[in-house]
Amino acid sequence: MNAPNQSGWKPAMIVSEDGMHSGPQTTTGNRALMLEEPLLFEIGRAEVTGVDLPPVDVNAPTRLAGLARSEPLGLVGLTEPETVRHYTRLSRQNYGIDLGFFPLGSCTMKHNPRLNEKIARLPGFADVHPLSPQNAVQGALEVISELGGWLCTLTGMPAVAMSPKAGAHGELCGILAIRAAHEARGDAREVVLVPESAHGTNPATAAFANYRVEDIPATPEGRVDVEALKARLGPDVAAVMITNPNTCGLFEKDFREIADAVHEAGGYVYCDGANFNAIVGKVRPGDLGVDAMHINLHKTFSTPHGGGGPGSGPVVLSEALAPFAPLPFVRKDDAGTFYLVEEENREERGPSFGRMTAFHGQMGMFTRALTYMLSHGADGLKQVAEDAVLNANYILRSMEDILHAPFAGSGPCMHEALFGDKDFTGGLSTLDVAKGLIDEGYHPMTVYFPLVVHGAMLVEPTETESKAAIDQFITAFRAVVERALAGDEGLKQAPYYAPRRRLDETAAARKPKLAFEG
Amino acid sequence: MPRYFTDEHEWIDVDGDVATVGITDYAQGQLGDIVFVELPAVGTAIEAGKDAAVVESVKAASDVYAPITGEVTEVNPALEEDPALVNSAPESDGWFFRMTMADSSQLEGLMDDAAYKDFVASL
Repeated sequence: MNAPNQSGWKPAMIVSEDGMHSGPQTTTGNRALMLEEPLLFEIGRAEVTGVDLPPVDVNAPTRLAGLARSEPLGLVGLTEPETVRHYTRLSRQNYGIDLGFFPLGSCTMKHNPRLNEKIARLPGFADVHPLSPQNAVQGALEVISELGGWLCTLTGMPAVAMSPKAGAHGELCGILAIRAAHEARGDAREVVLVPESAHGTNPATAAFANYRVEDIPATPEGRVDVEALKARLGPDVAAVMITNPNTCGLFEKDFREIADAVHEAGGYVYCDGANFNAIVGKVRPGDLGVDAMHINLHKTFSTPHGGGGPGSGPVVLSEALAPFAPLPFVRKDDAGTFYLVEEENREERGPSFGRMTAFHGQMGMFTRALTYMLSHGADGLKQVAEDAVLNANYILRSMEDILHAPFAGSGPCMHEALFGDKDFTGGLSTLDVAKGLIDEGYHPMTVYFPLVVHGAMLVEPTETESKAAIDQFITAFRAVVERALAGDEGLKQAPYYAPRRRLDETAAARKPKLAFEG
Repeated sequence: MPRYFTDEHEWIDVDGDVATVGITDYAQGQLGDIVFVELPAVGTAIEAGKDAAVVESVKAASDVYAPITGEVTEVNPALEEDPALVNSAPESDGWFFRMTMADSSQLEGLMDDAAYKDFVASL
């Protein structure tokens, strides 16, 4: 195992007796060239501006009929350098995948290849307007069509809706298609079943689509309780939403059996594909009996997310649900010309449930995702899944001797390794480990989710990290966990070295300050 | 006034036909600092074992289940302003709601104080 700091270099840090300060307080509050940053409202003045607008020389009557604002907005003025520095300083305090390991479970924080960015910035893609004449944007339409084709092939599904703009938006798309399919045959089902091992967005989606949500328990091995699920099926169950691989990091090996039972009872199977990274190129969800599944392009297919870019959640659909897909969608005519099917194409739109977005989806993410697929090829995508699973299992097996791993006995994990805080002493908890990892230079893993594990810690390394990088993380993770096992009081004060110490999350939630009070 | 407990860590006080429901001290300790409590509307019919309220802490949102079947007659107005009452006084001032009792025999399936203590110790 590589030492995390091979040269042995240590910063010349002065630590006060209470361990709180790393040196004398500075007059400015800055630490060397890491700068403190006030709010825009605190640095701006009304009398400056970064834009030189000409004076208004028209005296046109307003049509606002007395609704025109008479008081100033109260926005501050800033010069351009002040604005640039403000956001650049804040960006230095941010943490992202371009800075280091980002093991946030169920989020698939993988590297965003620079080739994706290069292709997305080609003027023919970057500058298209959604209302451009279709004959002028054939290339963009072909990208949508081609990407959709890859998604259908990788999932073994016959159709895809490209417009949903995030994972949960895709879930809503799938559930609305399921609702439309039931209603088309006059079947008023009211219940959606969601296992405990599913993503938290699943019950929210079902409730948003006006279904009543019922839980299905998990087995002690961390998978769906198949018998409990079968016992609950009936003429009132519209769908089952299953996350596979699930949030315990396990593959739902009885998926086919579940899907068959759901279909026999007249329901549909929604699969949350957020964790598709673990099985891409290895398993086709269509072969498992899935009727609808969203794919997070911003996870599996490497487009930016987590503040770095918009999500994109295309939904693959089975034959049964395909006719109800949302508008618009891209088709190709016999002459090889791509065109959009929209509301006015009455014959082709069929029983579509309508429209989820104004236009055609996240074009900038489509170009990036297709670039990722083409640059990896089918064999490369398969290796993505293999490496992601190997990395997660390496972490699971490197930690299980000291850290409670509730499902370590259920076989290999998939994309993520799940731990709990059962053996910590001295009142220390998962939160303290998360804060301790910040001091060690790591963004914490997902904590307190899934709820089925006490003090859950969900670690997803993805295929991005090298063995050396993962070894370094394991060294740091083990060191922090050892402190929690030993009841190290000092860990309760972490982080020591972040720009801010431990924030009062309780006060922030109970008494949030949502507006600047000057 | 007898007090009963569920294995989902709700307590229920029975006073004649009216029952008062809250979550136990063990439950609040597990949840951590409570930041929001969503209570059922007065008049809501609730069913034993089904969701009746939601409690949200800095860690997670959790369902609170109805220990018995009945109708909500009163909710604790103090929790809206001060959800921290659930942490500071979970088994007294931090009560959630009062309800009617449709079938008092449902109480027989619940734990008494000693049984609940043993149950918590076994976790």
